[in-house]
Amino acid sequence: MTLPQEENFMRKISAEEKIEPKDWMPDAYRKNLIRQISQHAHSEIIGMQPEGNWITRAPSLRRKAVLLSKVQDEAGHGLYLYSACETLGISRAEMIEQLQTGAAKYSSIFNYPTLTWADVGAIGWLVDGAAIVNQVSLQRTSYGPYSRGMIRICKEESFHQRQGYEAILALAKGSEGQKAMAQDALDRFYWPALMMFGPHDSDSAHSQKSMEWKIKRETNDDLRQKFIDQTVQQIEVLGLEHPDKAIKWNEERGHYDSSDLNWDEFWSVINGNGHCNRQRIEHHVAAHEEGEWVRDAITAYNEKKRAKQTQDAA
Amino acid sequence: MSDQIKKALLEYTTRLGDDAVVLGHRISEWVSYGPFLEEDIAYGNVALDYIGRARMFYTYAAELANDGRDEDDFAYMRNDREYHNLLLLELPKGDFAYSQIRQLFADAYYTLVLPQLLHSKDERLAAIAAKGIKETKYHLRRSRDWVLRLGGGTDESHQRAQKALDQLWGYTHEMFDMDETEQLLADAGIGVDVSTLRDEWLAIVTEIVTNATLSVPEDSWAVRGGRIGYHTENLGHMLTEMQIVHRSHPGCKW
Repeated sequence: MTLPQEENFMRKISAEEKIEPKDWMPDAYRKNLIRQISQHAHSEIIGMQPEGNWITRAPSLRRKAVLLSKVQDEAGHGLYLYSACETLGISRAEMIEQLQTGAAKYSSIFNYPTLTWADVGAIGWLVDGAAIVNQVSLQRTSYGPYSRGMIRICKEESFHQRQGYEAILALAKGSEGQKAMAQDALDRFYWPALMMFGPHDSDSAHSQKSMEWKIKRETNDDLRQKFIDQTVQQIEVLGLEHPDKAIKWNEERGHYDSSDLNWDEFWSVINGNGHCNRQRIEHHVAAHEEGEWVRDAITAYNEKKRAKQTQDAA
Repeated sequence: MSDQIKKALLEYTTRLGDDAVVLGHRISEWVSYGPFLEEDIAYGNVALDYIGRARMFYTYAAELANDGRDEDDFAYMRNDREYHNLLLLELPKGDFAYSQIRQLFADAYYTLVLPQLLHSKDERLAAIAAKGIKETKYHLRRSRDWVLRLGGGTDESHQRAQKALDQLWGYTHEMFDMDETEQLLADAGIGVDVSTLRDEWLAIVTEIVTNATLSVPEDSWAVRGGRIGYHTENLGHMLTEMQIVHRSHPGCKW
């Protein structure tokens, strides 16, 4: 038997009405959202590391300023997403603990190392590019705070994508050495960027329910195809070689055909065994632990201030 | 403008650019290492302000030099001995208290320097100062709040803040030194006579430090040399990192 509140919930979902924090929602919906939003927030936060790795070595002052402002935006996105997630009844401290213990995931792309300056461009262009394809569809997600967060985030991400492409373009049109750096970054980041859309629909554990509840609006494989299609021409404009030798236009499908991905690698990185999984978490834990005395100082200071105010009032 | 003044102005503008890029770089080292997310964002903001300021000073310096160099040649193609920044600004970031105390010293300093520079007879320097004044007010508010919290927080935060004050105090004297270059420009109404600012600076810092229940250190030691390129050992390492990519690809555009 369906309860009236559940019926009302499903009616809103079908009518494309947003679900708001105080509305009744099934526990599984809440859990699914917490998983997805916190994972998204953690991705923004962990994503600061591979790019932050190049702030001190950015090759021009202009690039340094753009990169700083981009990484700062990522932190800001993390902040709104943590806040959106808190509306579902979980605290930021709990989410951070889940990140640090491995109970919560973040985008696997950030477990690949940034080895050259070109990687910063490749992350902006390909990684943020792939994220946008996904996030544009999430602007219509059924949970109100998440949807509104996505609308705001998408605006900034498209600036990130453009700055990344522009940085890669400068390299691709530059010296032989710069061009080689751009090609190398493309070769390394192209495949993991495609993996960002997640497993094939048939292997995706959370997809079906998420689609029904309109948390997700398009399937992993459809979104991935969109990204593959849009990237072909971008690579041509750069004058770089496409990393996928099997890429071929399919007139009948109206899409590009491409090689299948290395799913063993995908699962291995997801399961914590990529190049940088351990390093990323250790970095986060170290900064968090080193910051403990600072957070304690604020708490102590605020308590003393409150006690003094109470005393003065008495 | 006499050749002598022109030469001094180029040196002065470059120094101000050096100060800004070096401090901006040091602050940027905090990104993703802050004690919590809001601080990562705040550090990013402050670093951006300083990098932005460095670009304005260097762009102007490049115009004054008029020898084909641009802002990046000033930042990336000069060695540590050619950098003439204040030593205080190049010291490693240290712990959070160390960075915040350094920031308090610098912010209080620029709160005084920039309004004077605003009255410079050189319009370009005055315009850069005008932009910096707004940012600096916010910077000082932030560093003051932090010093109050650290001094009045826990025993540990108090001790760390006091240690940072003691370790950094000797580097603050140099901020108020004048040399021939700066005197020439101050006399011409172009540069700031920083030697007149120490009392006011000390008053601002003393008020904040005392309110934070910390002690202002004795003036028992002073290290100098930034303005003549006699640096601490830290700057060479900082520039090695900052300049590596730029120098590995000579003549390239980014």
